[in-house]
Amino acid sequence: MSVKVEVSARTQAARLQAASGGPTSFVRKYIFSTDHKVIGIQYYFLALAAVIAGVILSAFMRLHLAWPGLQVFGGTMKPETYEALLTMHGTLMVFFVLTVAPQGGFGNYLLPIQIGAPEMAFPRLNMLSFWITFLAFACMISAFFVPGGAPLSGWTAYAPLSSLGQVTGPGEGLGQTMWLVSIGLFCVATLLGALNFISTTIDMRAPGMTLLRMPLTVWAWFVTAILSLLSFAVLLAAAIMLLLDRLAGTSFFVPAGIVVSGKLQAHSGGSPLLWQHLFWFFGHPEVYITILPAMGVTSHVLSIFSRKPVFGYRAMVSATCAIGVLGFLLWGHHMFVSGMSPYSAFAFSMATLAIGVPSAIKTFNWLGTLWRGKIQFTTAMLFALGFVSVFVTGGLSGLFLAQPAVDSLLHGTYYVVAHFHLVMSMAAIFGIFAATYLWFPKMFGRMMNETLGKVHFWFTFVGAYLIFVPMHFVGLAGGVRRYADFTAVPYLWSLQPLQRFITWAALVTASAQLLFFWNLFRSLRHGEKAVRNPWRATTLEWITSSPPPHDNFAGEYPRVYRGPYEFSVPGASEDFVMQSEGDNV
Amino acid sequence: MSEHPRTSRFDFAGKNGGDGVRLLDASGLVPQRTYVTGMTMALGGILMFFMALVSAYVVRKGMPNSGWIAIPELPRILWLNTCVLVASSVALVFAHARFRAEDDPGFRRWWIVATALGIGFLAGQIIAWRELVERGVYLATNASSSFFYLFTAAHGLHLAGGIVALIWILLHPTRRLTRGTATEVAAMYWHFMDGIWLFLFLVLLVER
Amino acid sequence: MTARVRAQRGVCRNTGHHDPATTWRACGGAAPAAMFAVALTVLVGASVYFFVWGKWNPPAAITPVGNEIDAQYRLTLIVTGAVFILAQLGLAFAILRYRDRGKVAHYSHGNSKLEFVWTFSTAVVFLGLGLLGYKAWGTRRLTPAAPNAVRIEVTTAQFVYYFRYPGPDGKFGSTSPKLIDPATGNPLGIVPGDPAGRDDIVVPTLTVPVNREIELLIRSQDVIHSVFVRELRLQQDSVPGMTVPLHFTPNRTGRYDIVCTQLCGLGHHRMHSYLNVVSRSEYEKFLTQQERLLQQTSSQ
Ligand code: HEA
Ligand code: HEA
Ligand code: CUA
Ligand SMILES: [Cu+2]
Repeated sequence: MSVKVEVSARTQAARLQAASGGPTSFVRKYIFSTDHKVIGIQYYFLALAAVIAGVILSAFMRLHLAWPGLQVFGGTMKPETYEALLTMHGTLMVFFVLTVAPQGGFGNYLLPIQIGAPEMAFPRLNMLSFWITFLAFACMISAFFVPGGAPLSGWTAYAPLSSLGQVTGPGEGLGQTMWLVSIGLFCVATLLGALNFISTTIDMRAPGMTLLRMPLTVWAWFVTAILSLLSFAVLLAAAIMLLLDRLAGTSFFVPAGIVVSGKLQAHSGGSPLLWQHLFWFFGHPEVYITILPAMGVTSHVLSIFSRKPVFGYRAMVSATCAIGVLGFLLWGHHMFVSGMSPYSAFAFSMATLAIGVPSAIKTFNWLGTLWRGKIQFTTAMLFALGFVSVFVTGGLSGLFLAQPAVDSLLHGTYYVVAHFHLVMSMAAIFGIFAATYLWFPKMFGRMMNETLGKVHFWFTFVGAYLIFVPMHFVGLAGGVRRYADFTAVPYLWSLQPLQRFITWAALVTASAQLLFFWNLFRSLRHGEKAVRNPWRATTLEWITSSPPPHDNFAGEYPRVYRGPYEFSVPGASEDFVMQSEGDNV
Repeated sequence: MSEHPRTSRFDFAGKNGGDGVRLLDASGLVPQRTYVTGMTMALGGILMFFMALVSAYVVRKGMPNSGWIAIPELPRILWLNTCVLVASSVALVFAHARFRAEDDPGFRRWWIVATALGIGFLAGQIIAWRELVERGVYLATNASSSFFYLFTAAHGLHLAGGIVALIWILLHPTRRLTRGTATEVAAMYWHFMDGIWLFLFLVLLVER
Repeated sequence: MTARVRAQRGVCRNTGHHDPATTWRACGGAAPAAMFAVALTVLVGASVYFFVWGKWNPPAAITPVGNEIDAQYRLTLIVTGAVFILAQLGLAFAILRYRDRGKVAHYSHGNSKLEFVWTFSTAVVFLGLGLLGYKAWGTRRLTPAAPNAVRIEVTTAQFVYYFRYPGPDGKFGSTSPKLIDPATGNPLGIVPGDPAGRDDIVVPTLTVPVNREIELLIRSQDVIHSVFVRELRLQQDSVPGMTVPLHFTPNRTGRYDIVCTQLCGLGHHRMHSYLNVVSRSEYEKFLTQQERLLQQTSSQ
């Protein structure tokens, strides 16, 4: 036995050494790095690339919707091009921006530090997750360049439009196949990432870091990872089946007797609704995957800059978990008018309304956190406050859609587009912005410019409402979503003034993002040097240097003595008490 | 550097939280907890994957106008394969017991048996496929055959991964330290894949 | 106090508010608070104005169920509207009232009683809304159409609608996908030998009599499409391989747009037809005219 012990001690020593120093070669340090901080930043910049692509696509969509005859790049846009842009816009945004940045980016960077761990549970697996995601991204983007172009079946890829190949439309050939392969890769990467997050949270917490002392951000990443693990596995299965339908002639999703452009298809007995069930079983948890981390960040930021403990911490944790559980029971609310049994609509509708309750708890607790606080308007705080406003607005429109009767008017219209952009693309993006302004100093060791940040906030906040509130009216009036243009139906054409207004608002808001990019990239090199704890906050990421060393704590692993949001504790010498400060202070 | 008390994994309110740094057990016999957790999570994801396939199977078969034509008779060799896979799991249990008893040759012997039986199972599955192909039952012949090939291929791929792991452990005898973890985690995976096959086979037999 | 903790404290003291570089502490200012409050108030004002104005509300419903849906919509609008106003103005108030004025924040971890009350009351409001709203869904979707309803088959295909009337015999002829051929005038693939199909009328727009129950039997030939008439407050996907029934009783004559709301390919945006609700006599006229046309073409 003695031999073994010796080996063990040697390995331990080697590990510790490696831990504090880290690799020195460029490739191991910045490209194939196993450091969760480097990987987090890689994910972040991947999301940044995706969001730039996504916003540019949306700008072209908006231009075409407002002025269908407009000549861009020497011609008017073809309808199939519009649908391709739409598909790629939705896909890039949902998968490569909102799944990648909040979880892969910030979660990766901060979760280990916030729980006092030196690294992720499986660092090499983490690197693998990132590179598979990158491959998936490359695959998705290259769908633009294959013959026929990008697919046009929307981010939901409903069969049989998506399963019969080129006959159903340009882009449904190789483009759709690339799309599916990319999504399959993305699933694998996300699954690996998720199990890493869960293991890290369960097993790598610092001494004293009990579950109920974890920052709400950690809870959010943790529950999000569980949701990812359970839902992306299902999407992977579905994507494989759809690929087989396309490439191997199986009939999982294609019924018999389909005739497309005069050609009888050789399939039999499949069920288009089966795809929808599988997709939304994934898709609904996915929308909470995008919002939960943003909610965590919002709670975190509101507490820091109100200098107050989070109101109802336990209720917040329970609400996060409740959203996680309920999120799996209500996928059918996307299918009220799909031909699904009208009886099941009742159950799905009730479950959907029930999930409003934990969201309501969160909203009230955010207001409760602000109440009698000491609010300081940093840019991060502005975005967190903006999040609350936008989330409420977007969430409330969900209550209309959740009732099957009302949904049979609103489904498939811009009302839905308004709902999910406010609650997802704006609220969740606000979460990313708040996180960026809050943690940039920690991640890059420099401060961002607060003045620019505030200007950016006001453009984005006002812009968000100006773009997406009018979409409710387009929807109410019967404006159908996913239309390449509104010229073919007279009553739709009469909505054109609204469409033009939306486009102007979108163009201004999208351009205002240049402020953000300028601020981000300039601050990387020229921002003021950041101190350890610039915001005077309490959680463990602030006890270490900015940016943290390779092992996060330079060998001084913290012990945790208290909850995460001890602000303005009566009798304390400062208005914040770090989690790692002992009782005897 | 602070001490690392070992505490319950789900410590909600006690004074102690996690372990912080991953600790290698000095003897190398006790699996590192993190890997067990990680494998548990991976198995959770894999379970969801197969549950998705199985529920798709049940729904697809139950459709009106499903055009479902059950495969007349499942290849008989599947029964044999099933026995082989179960035997492989049993052999792995023995191997593990030998490992804990620090009987290295015994461990290796049973481990090899388990691996060989696993390879035998895969070979048997391929024979089953060939039998179906000879009967003219292809992937796209009917939904029933599509699901049959899909189930067996998905499971077979997962199992092949397991075989790679078993062989890898066999080929790296010097790493005594991580052995405890590696054997434990590989065994978890293997038994789980065994269970998944039993479940899939049951579905194929009962829900025809 | 341990050395480590002292070290941390030292760090904080050196680098916290004593550090001139961190100017952010000057941001409890009145200006951003006021801007925020104004922005939220304008948001509330403008939203209420536009929703009450109702310029973009859909035209009046033409079925009793449509009116029920409108009522449910209005109820939801009032409830969520109230919540919207309270939440946004509450946020504005908190921002104005509790901005950093140099005083210490109130140390509190919450209030269980309050939390229980709002959890419970939102649950009641949400589930109550759901239960109330279910009637409008149930009347249409859970009860079958009356046996004497006018049955019309709707078939969708990439980017057109076909409406089939059973003709005088009241029966739809059988169809076969192999026979589908719009070029030779048989877009639905009606089997020529089937006597029930000989008198079937196939037209590109939907004409129905007023004040009669109509049952649509919705099918699709290729991908998923849908049938949406905003005046009916009604939307239903057409799914290949399925026949989905849908019934309604229009009570006002007129011409209404039918559009496709399910992404179906590059022509999705121009997939369009009309619903003509006509008086009973006009409906009879329409039918006889179509029958005459049919006889002419088949005798040629
Ligand atoms: C971040 C993403 C996100 C989030 C959080 C939500 C949240 C909700 N969503 Fe949304 N949804 C999407 C993203 C999201 N959704 C997307 C992407 C789609 C479309 C996909 C596609 O088709 O392409 C969609 C579509 C969608 C539909 C289908 C519509 C259709 O296609 O016909 C429905 C229907 O039920 C729905 C409902 C809801 C509800 C009830 C909530 C609730 O969770 C909201 C709860 C929040 C609140 C209610 C506000 C705060 C609460 C209070 C202030 C408390 C007090 C309130 C009261 C007492 C009333 N959503
Ligand atoms: C994250 C999700 C997200 C985001 C941000 C956006 C942003 C925008 N979206 Fe999109 N959209 C979707 C998700 C999103 N969308 C989805 C899922 C669909 C459905 C697709 C389908 O039907 O299949 C859709 C569809 C959709 C339509 C419907 C088209 C149709 O049905 O015909 C329209 C139309 O106007 C539109 C417009 C816009 C505009 C103008 C913006 C923006 O340009 C507004 C301005 C943008 C910003 C203010 C955000 C910028 C963000 C950053 C700079 C963040 C940087 C940081 C990091 C990511 C690290 N979108
Ligand atoms: Cu047909 Cu859209
Ligand atoms: Cu949903």
